[in-house]
Amino acid sequence: MIGLEVHVQLATATKAFAPVPVAYGAPVNSLTDPIVLGMPGALPTFNRAALVAAVKLGLATRSQIRARSRFARKHYFYPDLPKGYQISQHDEPLCEHGAIDVWIAGARHTVALARIHLEEDAGKLNHDGPISRVDLNRAGVPLCEVVTEPVLRSAEQAFAYMKALHRLVRALGVCEGDLEKGHLRCDANVSVRKVGAAAFGTRVELKNINSFRFVKAAIEHEIARQIRVLEGGGQVERETRLWDGVAGISQSMRGKEEVADYRYLPDPDLPPLVVDAELLAAVQATLPELPADRLARLVAAGLAFDDADLLTSDAALADYLDAAVAAAPGSARTIATWIVNELLRELGGRPIADSPVAATALAELAAAIDDGTISGKLGKDVFAKMVATGDGARAIIEREGLRQITDPAAVRAMAEAIVAANPRQAEQYRAGKDSLLGFFVGQLMKASGGRVNPQLASDTMKALLAGA
Amino acid sequence: MDDVTALTATTLAADVRAGRRSARAITDAFLDRIAATDGAIGAYLAVDVDGARAAADAVDAARARGEALGPLAGVPVGVKDVIVTRDLVTTAASKILAGWRPPYDATAVARLRAAGAVVLGKLGCDEFAMGSTGEQSAWRATANPWDLARVPGGSSSGSAAAMAVRSAALTLGTDTGGSIRQPAAFCGVVGLKPTYGRVSRWGAIAYASSLDQIGPLAATVADAALALEVIAGLDPRDATSIDAPAPALTAALDRGVRGLRVGLPREYLPDDLDPDVAAAVARARAILADAGATIVDVSLPHTRYALPAYYVIAPAEAASNLARYDGIRFGARAKDPADLDALYARTRGEGFGAEVIRRIMIGTYVLRAGSYDAYYRQAQQVRALVRRDFDRAFAEVDCVLAPVAPTPAWPTGATPTPLDMYRADVFTLACNLAGLPGLAVPCGATAAGLPLGVQLMGRPLDEATLCAAGQVIERATGPAPRAPWPPRGAA
Repeated sequence: MIGLEVHVQLATATKAFAPVPVAYGAPVNSLTDPIVLGMPGALPTFNRAALVAAVKLGLATRSQIRARSRFARKHYFYPDLPKGYQISQHDEPLCEHGAIDVWIAGARHTVALARIHLEEDAGKLNHDGPISRVDLNRAGVPLCEVVTEPVLRSAEQAFAYMKALHRLVRALGVCEGDLEKGHLRCDANVSVRKVGAAAFGTRVELKNINSFRFVKAAIEHEIARQIRVLEGGGQVERETRLWDGVAGISQSMRGKEEVADYRYLPDPDLPPLVVDAELLAAVQATLPELPADRLARLVAAGLAFDDADLLTSDAALADYLDAAVAAAPGSARTIATWIVNELLRELGGRPIADSPVAATALAELAAAIDDGTISGKLGKDVFAKMVATGDGARAIIEREGLRQITDPAAVRAMAEAIVAANPRQAEQYRAGKDSLLGFFVGQLMKASGGRVNPQLASDTMKALLAGA
Repeated sequence: MDDVTALTATTLAADVRAGRRSARAITDAFLDRIAATDGAIGAYLAVDVDGARAAADAVDAARARGEALGPLAGVPVGVKDVIVTRDLVTTAASKILAGWRPPYDATAVARLRAAGAVVLGKLGCDEFAMGSTGEQSAWRATANPWDLARVPGGSSSGSAAAMAVRSAALTLGTDTGGSIRQPAAFCGVVGLKPTYGRVSRWGAIAYASSLDQIGPLAATVADAALALEVIAGLDPRDATSIDAPAPALTAALDRGVRGLRVGLPREYLPDDLDPDVAAAVARARAILADAGATIVDVSLPHTRYALPAYYVIAPAEAASNLARYDGIRFGARAKDPADLDALYARTRGEGFGAEVIRRIMIGTYVLRAGSYDAYYRQAQQVRALVRRDFDRAFAEVDCVLAPVAPTPAWPTGATPTPLDMYRADVFTLACNLAGLPGLAVPCGATAAGLPLGVQLMGRPLDEATLCAAGQVIERATGPAPRAPWPPRGAA
């Protein structure tokens, strides 16, 4: 069984308990003040923006949100922890008993959450040989720790959950979700048990998984390690292990005899955190459609699951899709296909905001394809011209005369001209060389500039050669 | 000769505003007084001669420009060393903060300065405000100006001693379990512990955050009231500061006690109470009754549990608050530690004194996962009961009259055990547990000339009633005299 504890960095302008900006890559120790440095006499005051973000996350996960929760001090000594304690929440967390919807292989699952609580981040140690330098720029940055119940059953499920959480916090705007900057950091509790066994096995805590590139590898490695221990007749030790993403191994950090006692203390510097109905209503009003719901809606609208999954991975991308579908309600599936296959390739990793093709323009193109105005093949040419000129699909189609030729008489006239120009091949076809049909259809497509529907071209040519 | 240092802060400020005296002359007189007295008294840990003169000159210059002056214009003040002062060494009387120059002012200090006060220097105390005698200072013990062989009380030892000998016109102390009121009583001055949250704790080096409160020590009740008016009020930098209008204390001073109901809690007047202390309370009771107050016997039944509850809660918070002294970012660091654990252990082992280490160990113990419920949680429940006792009493009376300490000042070195010292806080710490205001006001002396004080405790935010009643006692007993100089008992 697997439970995940994910630290989500909240996207606030200032730190959790100090009026100091939050920024990435600032000069070492420049984002500090007496509060961040834990100076004598300095006191924390809570940044309400962090509360709003946490409540938003709580509502989006259908959590029970406490009307009064408390900050608690979690004590341990480490140079990156300025006060000798971290301001966190202990027995009165802000949110409990929530859930996050996770799509795994086309099916919707619900992952139960034990709690979501607010806390402050620690600083960083930069090791340089025998010298370690403390950088407190990150110290005091607000975090939500999102803790699942031990309900995940495989590394794949854990990974899918991480993806869903990542998507959710970005869609809510509570976290920038930049994994390179450590905006989501993951610890995992892993235990194995025999098939059919009721009791959980001994739990091992894996720390430092950090980037969720490592989630799958770290958990798979730990599951395999525990099975190896048990099958070798040994017992899994209750311990904390540190994952080394570079080496792809974990190492014991702390055994059960050294279980940390954090000596939690309700923080006397901070009054209880009050969430009233007014705040709940105000935050509720800002909730967007959640990614899992959006994905369900898109699948119901006819999108292929993989396309819907990809398009809901980024709220801006999904917004683009919705805008396009609003302009061409019947063409959702075609729009999705064109975004996934053409537009994203064109963007080459740039955000959708940089798209050279407006959502309404793409909708025009999809509608033109779906209603037979142009063929899909010609659509690619039109798309390329849209990218180059920024013009709408219809304008390009009309300007370039790309409208599909759908008049059977016109097609028949073109076909007759081609047959007349190729009497020898017509003779051979009629003598039984069926394979020459492709030659005639090709000539027809070429003569029409690709504007004849291929099926119509084939049918017309076949009938003409048969002497009809 | 006109002895400026004998005047009250109220008078000095009025004189400066009226142009009868210059702030500079006043400051120089107090600096001279420090030079003359402090070798024997040891109230000051640091004297900021240049800073004080510059501040005084600035007040005089402002007056010369015709600017309006603040309510404490030109009043020389001393600040307890657990209250941070920008660029002025602040150590909490601990080796672990040796030489630390804070980059900021405590809100209370900033408000004093804004009101025109002149900061003379930092006043000695028990290390991190943990003690009742001043003997727990890492730097120097302070003597009681009334008898140099006796303790001045603590932990605001220097704040009380400086007031007694008038080497400051006003001082700031902190009170976590009696640390303003008890030394005020021992030294024969007025000490006012405000309602919890009344004065910002921003810049008060934390001992026990839910109990700590900054307050004034002064020559008169009027001076204490004036000082509290200046330093009180909401501060956005302290989430526990109360959003209440500034108290109109000086205006309430003369309203007397006619019709006031004053409670005498029987738990505060045990049979074995020191006779001098009991006599002081009886004297105050008679004065208040004569002035028209109704004296009512009340009961605060959970009083006996307050002391043990306090000595769980305060050390628990202390252990947490003092975790930041790790030698990493400021203050002293052990030399050449073998590894990180040694850095912590030696920095803290060498930097903290015995009493501080004792309280850190008690606090660490009671917060362990295995003892939290039995100690800390239980103590919090007791605290709620103590608060309820007062709530019930204040349904019947407007304030409570009690002793400050069980005895007058005792001889230096005569505190045999830590527990004896803790027990000396028995009458003061319930006030902190309940978050109430408390005022210690002088009320006579022992036959040997040692000052005696009494304590008034009131409803939350009702410092005004305490000041009015305190002034009635003060007027009846005569203003608290300045300690004699040269002192009695001097070699």
